Amino acid sequence: MIKDITIGQFFPGKSIVHRLDPRIKLLITVLYIVMLFVADGLAGLGVGVVFMLLAFLLSKIPFKLMLKSIKPLVPIILFTGILNLFFISSGTPVVEWHFIKITDQGIKTMIFMALRIILLICGTSLLTYTTSPITLTDAIERILSPLKIIKFPAHEIAMMMTIALRFIPTLIEETDKIMSAQKARGADMESGNVFHRAKALIPILIPLFVSAFRRAEELALAMECRCYHGGEGRTRLKQLKTAPRDYIAVAATVLFLAAVIALNRLLAS
Amino acid sequence: MEKFIEISNAEFSYVNEYDDPPTKNTVLKGITLDINRGEFVAVLGHNGSGKSTLAKLLNAINLPEKGEVKIDGIPTSDEEHLYDIRRRVGMVFQNPDNQIVATVVEEDVAFALENIGVEPSEIRRRVDEALKTVGMYEYREHAPHKLSGGQKQRIAIAGVLAMQPECIVMDEPTAMLDPIGRREIMKTIRELNSAGVTIVLITHYMDEAAQAGRVVVMDSGRVIADDVPKKVFSQMEMLKSVGLDVPDVTELTHMLISDGVSLPDDIISEDECFERLYNLLKKGG
Repeated sequence: MIKDITIGQFFPGKSIVHRLDPRIKLLITVLYIVMLFVADGLAGLGVGVVFMLLAFLLSKIPFKLMLKSIKPLVPIILFTGILNLFFISSGTPVVEWHFIKITDQGIKTMIFMALRIILLICGTSLLTYTTSPITLTDAIERILSPLKIIKFPAHEIAMMMTIALRFIPTLIEETDKIMSAQKARGADMESGNVFHRAKALIPILIPLFVSAFRRAEELALAMECRCYHGGEGRTRLKQLKTAPRDYIAVAATVLFLAAVIALNRLLAS
Repeated sequence: MEKFIEISNAEFSYVNEYDDPPTKNTVLKGITLDINRGEFVAVLGHNGSGKSTLAKLLNAINLPEKGEVKIDGIPTSDEEHLYDIRRRVGMVFQNPDNQIVATVVEEDVAFALENIGVEPSEIRRRVDEALKTVGMYEYREHAPHKLSGGQKQRIAIAGVLAMQPECIVMDEPTAMLDPIGRREIMKTIRELNSAGVTIVLITHYMDEAAQAGRVVVMDSGRVIADDVPKKVFSQMEMLKSVGLDVPDVTELTHMLISDGVSLPDDIISEDECFERLYNLLKKGG
């Protein structure tokens, strides 16, 4: 069940999207998010859809994976969509029944919001699917490193993220094991109200935390044995280098963003 | 032979500060031990005998309270050479999951080299070499959590090997592995040793210790035996008295000897045992 979570996972590949400089990919993702929020109509989001599909095709990530990444967030998408559907009363009514009033504006906003959320998830998933977490944190470290002057712990934050990412699957596996062990002892985690279920989590969380601390201690020891002493004087296996394709990718993204802004203007006037 | 590790009269204790008054638990009570370059030493002892603590003295994770530990003539208390010592004496622990830092195999193997500040091109070369040595080169771009226990442990060994250490200390590296994983690791260890790496293997598996060139037996913080495996395992009574077993074949031959069968009392490998018994039966029949 918990093993289905695909957000934050990396799928190795050799596509052009995989090979882009991670710093550039981060920048493009930020531009893409801006694009989605700047767009104020379905036409603008259409540009976003085209951009997403293009990036997606170039990345050669199986389509199924994308659907899988959206799956856990379906309830949120439905919730926001339905809220918008019922609470927007401007525009021409389509359905009117007692207190329920659905307008064409409402339907439009629902599609717009749902599409925006889906595009947001797809975009950020594509970033993590095509960028190994370690290069991603590396990129974050490089981007933040100018802040070291004001004593901002860029390396430490990147290291923490790397370790967190490394241990997510390990701890998920462990949670599964603990849950099975507690179930075998007769723990009931599926019935009762919210409070009962929250209480039933305690016998899972306590062993999980204890083991996490034990792991942390061993990991720190192993890191020390491998000469870890902070970010000072560290070199990297993979040097980040920008290539022409990186500039082309940024230029393309900026063009898409410009197109969205232009569409906004055109449709507003 | 040239001495690589010199432990003289080392004592170590853990202090429990939460007790009132703080209690002191002396784990090592004066250890004197020399390990030569290129040796394969197995350290045996039951839980709490101090064998893991001894391991941590070897690369300056812990410093002895009394006495001294020297690595190639450099005392481990010399802070200036701390990273030099840790680079030369690598360490592998029991749980492979808790030693792997990165989410990609090759990045993890590179971790130590990145820490010492090796040039990127040299890191690449050494990472590839280390992965080939442990036979995990094809997995270099995999995620570690998808590998088996034995494979993960080999990655951990590669991560240490990349530092090009002269000695690798392994603290029960096979304790959490299945029989296949154990066999893989023992094979890797023997290969490393024949390539000239000094191995200190801490274990409680007798059959693993039997593969070493020398066995050190520890009990409650002291070294109580230190000899070639054949000599150590022939002292069955002594080993049993400190809660250790002997390899199954040794136990078998001892039982046969006490029943009047004429066999040597220092058989430690299955092949040897088979050979002896076969000859004996052929003669008798």
